[in-house]
Amino acid sequence: MKFLAALGEQLSTGLRRSREYLAAELAAVLRPERPIDESLYTELEEILVAADLGAPLAADFTNRAREEVMFGTVTRADQLRPLFRRFLGDILVPAAQPLDLDHRPAVVLMLGVNGSGKTTTCAKLAAALTRSEKQVLLAAADTFRAAAIEQLEAWGDRIGVEVVRQEPGSDPAAVVFDAVKAATARNLDALIIDTAGRLHTKSNLMMELAKLKRVIERQLPGAPHESLMVLDAPTGQNGFAQARMFNEAIGLSGVVLTKLDGTAKGGIVVRIARELRLPIKLVGVGEKVEDLGPFDPQRFIDALVPAA
Amino acid sequence: MFDSLSTRLQAVFDRLGSRGRLTEDNIQEALREVRLALLEADVNFKVVRGFVERVKARAVGQDVLGSLTPAQQVVKVVHDELVELLGGSGHRLSPAQHPPTILMLIGLQGSGKTTTSAKLARLYAKQGQHPVLAAADIYRPAAMDQLRTLGAQLGVPVVGAPGQRPLEICRAAREEAAARGLTPLILDTAGRLHIDEAMLDELRTIRSEIRPHHVLLVVDAMTGQDAVNVADRFNQAVGIDAVILTKMDGDSRGGAALSVRQVTGRPIAFVGMGEKTEALEPFHPDRVASRILGMGDVLSLVEKAQEAVDQKTAEELVRKLREDAFTLEDFRDQLKQVRQMGPLDQVLGMLPFGKLLKGAPRELSAEQADLARFDAIIGSMTPQERRHPEIINGSRRQRIARGSGTSVQDVNRLLKQYAQLRKMMKQFKGLEGKLPRAGLPGFPTLRG
Ligand SMILES: Nc1nc2c(ncn2[C@@H]2O[C@H](COP(=O)(O)OP(=O)(O)O)[C@@H](O)[C@H]2O)c(=O)[nH]1
Ligand SMILES: [Mg+2]
Repeated sequence: MKFLAALGEQLSTGLRRSREYLAAELAAVLRPERPIDESLYTELEEILVAADLGAPLAADFTNRAREEVMFGTVTRADQLRPLFRRFLGDILVPAAQPLDLDHRPAVVLMLGVNGSGKTTTCAKLAAALTRSEKQVLLAAADTFRAAAIEQLEAWGDRIGVEVVRQEPGSDPAAVVFDAVKAATARNLDALIIDTAGRLHTKSNLMMELAKLKRVIERQLPGAPHESLMVLDAPTGQNGFAQARMFNEAIGLSGVVLTKLDGTAKGGIVVRIARELRLPIKLVGVGEKVEDLGPFDPQRFIDALVPAA
Repeated sequence: MFDSLSTRLQAVFDRLGSRGRLTEDNIQEALREVRLALLEADVNFKVVRGFVERVKARAVGQDVLGSLTPAQQVVKVVHDELVELLGGSGHRLSPAQHPPTILMLIGLQGSGKTTTSAKLARLYAKQGQHPVLAAADIYRPAAMDQLRTLGAQLGVPVVGAPGQRPLEICRAAREEAAARGLTPLILDTAGRLHIDEAMLDELRTIRSEIRPHHVLLVVDAMTGQDAVNVADRFNQAVGIDAVILTKMDGDSRGGAALSVRQVTGRPIAFVGMGEKTEALEPFHPDRVASRILGMGDVLSLVEKAQEAVDQKTAEELVRKLREDAFTLEDFRDQLKQVRQMGPLDQVLGMLPFGKLLKGAPRELSAEQADLARFDAIIGSMTPQERRHPEIINGSRRQRIARGSGTSVQDVNRLLKQYAQLRKMMKQFKGLEGKLPRAGLPGFPTLRG
């Protein structure tokens, strides 16, 4: 994913904020001299929950810690830190996968619940591709939300990318059909499709999305090459239900984690990667076009559990 | 996943075999389950800690009431405590002595401020007032267009033009409201991070210059542990008077409500229940408490049904659900009503065991059901067929299809959906007994 320059300063500042929050508490619990007892396990579990990893995952890790202590492989509290980093690494390293854009046109379908950052991510991705000399087309398939089309068009103007659109309220499948046709006819590098936000519990809207995907498949076998669920970092345990249901209904190729520039750590993706085996492909760390990067598990782990 | 707290507590107490009085010893394990349930519902862990202590203090020493099992007794204590902490219902945003009353919406990016602004405008307009909206989000592309479009749909004026600064827009809106006698004035501000000092400064300036009567923090109900940081920082930096919880039409347990309430002490005024501008409801602590505990929101369901149909029809439906006496005629009525109530899956989502009702939502979504065609098909059946659809064989299907101008496939589809609904109701019946039996707040109507 060379076109997404490894994120520089921006990502570090974003992640640093989250880091500061957790680091102090973790440092207090994992002091070398602190005796390993029940209260330590409880506090550790709470810190993991505080990162939105979820109670089951937190319990699994503390159980693992108990085992290591029982076998004598861990004797001091601070040794739990590398243990936890490895535990996360085992889940997240395989989950970090690049986008598959090796097609012409590569078709990317952006989906997710309302307000998670789909439109912004479409624009950021289009801008990143344009920067590396790719020819990109955007499709405004959110025909439902007021001024969603204008929002994508404003981005298109800003980054110099054409937007395929129709009237508000028109059939998103028709927009997508036109867009795939145009991208194919013009032999473009990529087509990025912005869809309307929807809660994963609305079966009629999920069916609409499945239909959208079928339209693309029929028109261009093998496409869409990426169906990405956009999830924002403040989301709690419901993010798991979102990923599961979008995956069941549409079939996801990965997750984009946005708004990592806040204080939320986005820990729910660990559970998503672990239980659903879904790749985490991109992260968003701000509102500007350049605030997008590949998911870097090491940085993510550093933010959750600094090395020391 | 689905395992309501009461079921789990039941298992704990069954194991303990305890009866009689709740003691520190015999509720210890139960409290662990309570803690887990709250964490799963995204209540912040610090809030959970305090909460469990309070529940313990309240429960220990209580005699288990004759009609309750120990598990139910604990659920009741937990539920009551939650309701209390969530605060009163129907918090009203009091009108200002000198209109316009000014409401200012603030919150994170994507939390739903613009949609909520329009919902509030609609609510006040429906009450006969003349609201005005200020589009003070100059940063997100087309945010102004979004509010303008919504304003136009509602017939509510929107102030703000490209090139103006947020404070300027708010001032102009206040002047316009005063000049034209419009109230309330609703300020839609740009989403921002609670740690973005420059942007918080902007909110502080608007607050001190425009002097809104109610600063409303808009919080996404799907927010996790970070809700406390968000609420605390916004409250410290800008000051908030009440909270609006959005996207409660999904299946999130909404534990953020408790977190936000605890760290700010501010009441929750409204909950957002959908994308349309009418989907704004008053906050009911008892319902949200049931939801946080994974016990569903049966009262909302019944109320929703009542909105669409009248009380008697709703009771009738509940009775038929229970007695499994649901005919094709009922099916047709239901389809009609469900269309007014919102998608059936949303309605089912409010039931504690909604997710267990497999196979239903997909096929039965009201939007999918071709009502006009179904109407015609059912209209072509004999009364006997409507009441006993099992007699509808191949030749009857052909006759019905011909009579209704539809195809045999259509008739089959209808019968299939009906059969699915019946099946679903059987599941419903089977599950009903698993709910706590005593009169817990939150679900009186479904038990006769
Ligand atoms: N701070 C921050 N804000 C973001 C990020 N991504 C999107 N946003 C903001 O979140 C809000 C909703 O984004 P939008 O793309 O419209 O969401 P959509 O409804 O999913 O299309 C907008 O105000 C965006 O500027 C991010 O990575 N960080
Ligand atoms: Mg959008």
